[in-house]
Amino acid sequence: MSAPLLEAKGLNLAFGAVRALDDVAIDIHPGEVVAIVGESGSGKSSLLRVLAGQMRPDAGTVLYRDPAGTAHPVHGMGEAALRRLMRTDWGFVHQNARDGLRMGVSAGGNVGERLMAIGARHYGGIREEATEWLKRVEIDPARIDHLPRTFSGGMQQRLQIARTLVTRPRLVFMDEPTGGLDVSVQARLLDLIRALVADLGIAVLLVTHDIAAARLLAHRILVMRRGQVVEHGLTDRVLDDPQHPYTQLLVASVLAA
Amino acid sequence: MSISESALWTEGLGKSFRLHLQGGLRIPVLADVDLAVKPGECVALSGPSGAGKSTLMRCLYGNYGAEQGRIWLRHQGAPVELTAADARATREIRRHTLGYVSQFLRVIPRVGALDIVAEPLIARGAAPDAARARARELLLRLNLPERLHHLPPATFSGGEQQRVNLARGFAPGYPLLLLDEPTASLDAANRAVVIGLIGEAKQAGAALIGIFHDVEVRDQVADRLFEVLPIQDAA
Ligand SMILES: Nc1ncnc2c1ncn2[C@@H]1O[C@H](COP(=O)(O)OP(=O)(O)OP(=O)(O)O)[C@@H](O)[C@H]1O
Ligand SMILES: Nc1ncnc2c1ncn2[C@@H]1O[C@H](COP(=O)(O)OP(=O)(O)OP(=O)(O)O)[C@@H](O)[C@H]1O
Ligand SMILES: [Mg+2]
Ligand SMILES: [Mg+2]
Repeated sequence: MSAPLLEAKGLNLAFGAVRALDDVAIDIHPGEVVAIVGESGSGKSSLLRVLAGQMRPDAGTVLYRDPAGTAHPVHGMGEAALRRLMRTDWGFVHQNARDGLRMGVSAGGNVGERLMAIGARHYGGIREEATEWLKRVEIDPARIDHLPRTFSGGMQQRLQIARTLVTRPRLVFMDEPTGGLDVSVQARLLDLIRALVADLGIAVLLVTHDIAAARLLAHRILVMRRGQVVEHGLTDRVLDDPQHPYTQLLVASVLAA
Repeated sequence: MSISESALWTEGLGKSFRLHLQGGLRIPVLADVDLAVKPGECVALSGPSGAGKSTLMRCLYGNYGAEQGRIWLRHQGAPVELTAADARATREIRRHTLGYVSQFLRVIPRVGALDIVAEPLIARGAAPDAARARARELLLRLNLPERLHHLPPATFSGGEQQRVNLARGFAPGYPLLLLDEPTASLDAANRAVVIGLIGEAKQAGAALIGIFHDVEVRDQVADRLFEVLPIQDAA
């Protein structure tokens, strides 16, 4: 079987007395969707930030394997290399679309900019691809020149997804991509993410506290509590036959996930 | 029966549930289950309600974790221990070898019936057009009218949903297929179709394990019964 895309071991991170990460190990393989679930403050976002190189752990290693099969330590490759990775092989979908979009740039520009960052130069081609992606995320292409600020929350989130996926990254980090949206909008967005991820075969690390979202999207689940991974496994096994008391509590507190 | 001929076999399989939210209450369900099924054979699990038939089947699918013992199956020509397989290996086994038709379809929002049926075929590498053609053929055989094929099954009747579920389970032609009450919500005509599908799967060399409350169906498809007894009776 293939080697992991991302491989982390022995991650520890403390904020004063708070152990945000307590000896966490995780790996993700090409095309795999892995959900990280757990209560508020359990360390999910910290884990994502450490894995994506945005925050340095107190201890532990994160290795990224490039398409040629060479492993790079994420915390030892330097700022420039990391920025390049974020532009090319990786993507990050933020909970708040404003953190992932450029609010002063049109919808089409937000999508096109990522293409230009990987070397696309032909204006007509870029605009065509941006139009295509707006359609894919169900935004009326007639709004291509509008600023994201004039979009609803759900539309902004879909635009952020288009901006992230247009370069076909190999690995996408998502932190509560449906948080802050109302329920019907969430369902549509989740469905869109599910279809795109399956189509493109990208690997996704998804932080969510929505068990139903994890059930729908993820192949595997990690359950975090107080900085530790307390249970992990195949999505349907973890949700239908939870072993850890905390996982049982989590599953019992949602209806028919 | 010699193990080496089996498509799936268990060794001393045991399972209990520990309910941490109920003060750690332990519910023993399965103990010392030794089950084996050969290619071309259909084994029916029998036993009273609550005995653990569905639990056993879910363990065989890797949906419930086995607590004691082992589960083995033949995957791409070699014996593989399911109880030792990690999440990724289990997905791979499910993709190519092991199918499961649950009692109820788990609907995926906004995905049409035809695509739900075609999905496992595409996942195993079939061309999308060929996969959809096979899906269409099976749905029609199960008397699901064409006008429903492109609709998401969320609004379908129980029987219609179950037929989508069955089409999805039978479409890939898994060497090993688990069926939990596949005919429970079907009328006589569709029951007959399912009996036919099971017969063809056996002919093609698949090993099947089923739970059939309908004795008439069971007698027509099962080569033998495997009794699952409530644990106090079994002891
Ligand atoms: N920059 C920081 N400075 C101090 N403490 C922090 C910092 N970031 C996180 N923490 C603390 O680390 C712990 C884990 O936080 P984290 O954001 O990873 O949780 P989370 O699981 O993502 O929670 P939520 O579901 O609420 O987003 C919390 O106790 C949090 O207060
Ligand atoms: N996920 C679970 N958590 C806790 N207990 C469970 C779980 N699944 C099954 N059980 C328990 O295991 C026992 C066996 O249930 P199971 O569904 O396997 O019975 P069955 O033989 O299929 O019955 P029926 O014929 O009524 O479908 C029951 O006591 C049930 O409550
Ligand atoms: Mg967070
Ligand atoms: Mg049952």
